[in-house]
Amino acid sequence: MQLDQFLLGAFVYLAAAVIAAPLFARLGLGSVLGYLIAGVVIGPSVLGLAGNDSADVMHFAEFGVIVMLFLVGLELQPAKLWELRKPILGLGTLQVAATAAVIGGVAWLAGHAWEAALVAGLALALSSTAIVVQSLNERGLLKTAAGRSSFAVLLFQDVAVIPMLALLPLLAQQAVAVDDHSLTAGLPAWAHTVAVLGAVAAIMLGGRYLTRPLFRWVAGTGIREIFVAFALLIVVGITLLMQLVGLSAALGTFLAGVVLADSEYRHELEMDLDPFKGLLLAVFFIAVGSGISFALLARMPAMLLGTVAAIIVLKLLVLLPLARAFRMPLADATRFAFSLAQGGEFAFVLVSFALGLKLLGGDEAGLLVAAVAISMAFAPLLMMFDDRVLQRRFAAGGMSRASDRIEADTPEVIIAGHGRFGMTIGRLLQANRVRSVVLDHDAEQIDALRKYGFKIFYGDASRLDLLEAAGAKDAKVLVIAIDDREKTLTLIETARKHFPHLKVFARAFDRVHAYELLGTGINDVYREVFGSSVDMGRDVLTALGRHPFEARRAAVLFKAHDERMTRVSATHQGDTSKLIDTWRKSRAEIANVLASDRGDVATDADPAWSAPDREDA
Amino acid sequence: MRLLVLFAHPRPRQSVVQRAMLASITGLPDITVRDLYAEYPDFLVDARREQALLVEHDLVVLQHPLYWYSSPAIVKEWLDVVLEEGWAYGPGGTRLNGKFLLNALSTGGPSEAYHSKGRNRFAVRQLLAPYDQTAYLCGMGWLEPFVIHAGRKLDVATLTRKAESYRDLLMGLRDGRHDPEKHLAEGYALPRGFTQRQEHTRHAT
Repeated sequence: MQLDQFLLGAFVYLAAAVIAAPLFARLGLGSVLGYLIAGVVIGPSVLGLAGNDSADVMHFAEFGVIVMLFLVGLELQPAKLWELRKPILGLGTLQVAATAAVIGGVAWLAGHAWEAALVAGLALALSSTAIVVQSLNERGLLKTAAGRSSFAVLLFQDVAVIPMLALLPLLAQQAVAVDDHSLTAGLPAWAHTVAVLGAVAAIMLGGRYLTRPLFRWVAGTGIREIFVAFALLIVVGITLLMQLVGLSAALGTFLAGVVLADSEYRHELEMDLDPFKGLLLAVFFIAVGSGISFALLARMPAMLLGTVAAIIVLKLLVLLPLARAFRMPLADATRFAFSLAQGGEFAFVLVSFALGLKLLGGDEAGLLVAAVAISMAFAPLLMMFDDRVLQRRFAAGGMSRASDRIEADTPEVIIAGHGRFGMTIGRLLQANRVRSVVLDHDAEQIDALRKYGFKIFYGDASRLDLLEAAGAKDAKVLVIAIDDREKTLTLIETARKHFPHLKVFARAFDRVHAYELLGTGINDVYREVFGSSVDMGRDVLTALGRHPFEARRAAVLFKAHDERMTRVSATHQGDTSKLIDTWRKSRAEIANVLASDRGDVATDADPAWSAPDREDA
Repeated sequence: MRLLVLFAHPRPRQSVVQRAMLASITGLPDITVRDLYAEYPDFLVDARREQALLVEHDLVVLQHPLYWYSSPAIVKEWLDVVLEEGWAYGPGGTRLNGKFLLNALSTGGPSEAYHSKGRNRFAVRQLLAPYDQTAYLCGMGWLEPFVIHAGRKLDVATLTRKAESYRDLLMGLRDGRHDPEKHLAEGYALPRGFTQRQEHTRHAT
């Protein structure tokens, strides 16, 4: 491909994305629909800006789906995946089998050959992971009960594609040379099994034991783009490995994501890959939109639109009773059903494969592809209908939405910097079961602390995106204990600007640093060695024979006085003579306070309680 | 009989009477003296430790100045934390049964002030009603309070004499010369089921 041609294509796609997504997002229709419509507009049927290469583009952009599944996996700890085993196996199997049977049956009754009907049933049983996950995520519904169930079914479908692809050649009457890239194609069944299990084991073990030292090594270099490159390398590498053994790349990267979900580098991976996922998915959706054949629509509009309607209605008819059978409340059941009632990107793969096997006629294949693409364009509208009409009616009717609750695993406290200072705070909070997240950029430190069960993430805490990823939106307190004077100031400013609800506690290195921090307007500033110096001073007083309670009071009084003076002095910064004057007065003042507390100053009686008796003399 | 003296004064250096009282009883066998403010300057009273000490002794002395017609704050904290339900009172709370409680106080005002016609309007015995009832609830015998009034106005000889009488009282109780059941506070009847414990009785020498 020539460079300028590539650049021109990129320009068209990017421009379409930049114009359509904000427009549709502002209209409240969601970015996915925006991309699809933008694809239709630039496609051959309308403006003709995008060439007839949408299939190639889509193939390339499918990598976005793979990255997305990796990111979804990152959000899902192994324990949570295990909780999903029932919906994945039960709900997933039943959904695919029942939908394939119903749609295949209808197609067969409509007069198609049984092989073609079966292919159509299988292809249409699948839904669009890209559209559904992206839309649910955009609306924050992925972690709800309905979102989880939808995701479980999608995950099963992604895996089911593999046996489907294996089944199709068996249906073909004449032997057709199958274009199989996988290395395992010529191997006997047992070797194939071994290769598959080996690949999965490699991902699990590699994710568990290999990535951490590698990450530490990469992090040690301190070069940002190497981190991004490494993250991409993981995903691309797994995709290739999966293709070699003939497994679903989406499944492989999803598994890798799950394995890495417990890793403290999770946020860093998410942040590095998120832009790639977003862009590739946008391109993918635009490609789907531009692939909708309006020629076919013009030729047989009733047939095409009828097929689209049939797909959606039949899928709903299977999904709704299935959800109810799995005891979902009605509100969850409709959300689940309306989320999954569309064709998916894997239908394109299956149909083109079946076409190659001559299982489908050219018109049948064209009709299927167009119908699936149009149903995908309708998907965001269907979900919106459920959201705006059905869910609202359930809510108004007092339907229970209890299962919709989002998990309460957001942290209350974010601790930036987990050195000698932050660590003590972290341990105190941990001992009191306060949910806290630790951010640190020292890979060695992180490795050591992980062993103590801290939820800890690698990264530069002064970066807005890391704060966001750590849950700054829902946290209550930000503890800043990073070992960089300047960065502490930057972080305070970032937090106050973007998360004004966060209560900020900052560690100051010394008095001058404390003045600077107080100057930003926060009040919770702690000089790092001040507290322990006072503690020690108190114990020295006790060791000298001072009564322990008196020593305690002396320390508390001294500390309060000194903190107050620091705040007064902070306002005189730069004015040396005023500063010196303040301190001279302050020294005399604290000496007096302490003397009177000790009783050195002439008071005739016990100051704690004497007033009523004085007149008695 | 073994005695546990719980001394409470937030500023002992500024006290006159309490220091004299404390000095007179410090270092005596079978009389354990504990400075609560020194033990717990941060008020984190160790209930288990205090309970273990209570078990080892037969008579508890609360020695402190009378502040606002009551004790300094840490004594209240000590009572709140140590005298747990199911241990000191309530179902199964019989660990203090058969032991004795004695308040040893100093007041700034003269004895006439602690009278229905005086400026403080109540007798010390009345003001100490919470201790009376605390002892009763825990199945303890409550002894006639020991009080030194207007100690700051006493001359050194008188103060010394009063401190010595405090020591004599404690030593008499310890050695069995004074029968605690005959020293009960005026109008205090032993709770039902009170049985004096003998396990720590010191043999008279």
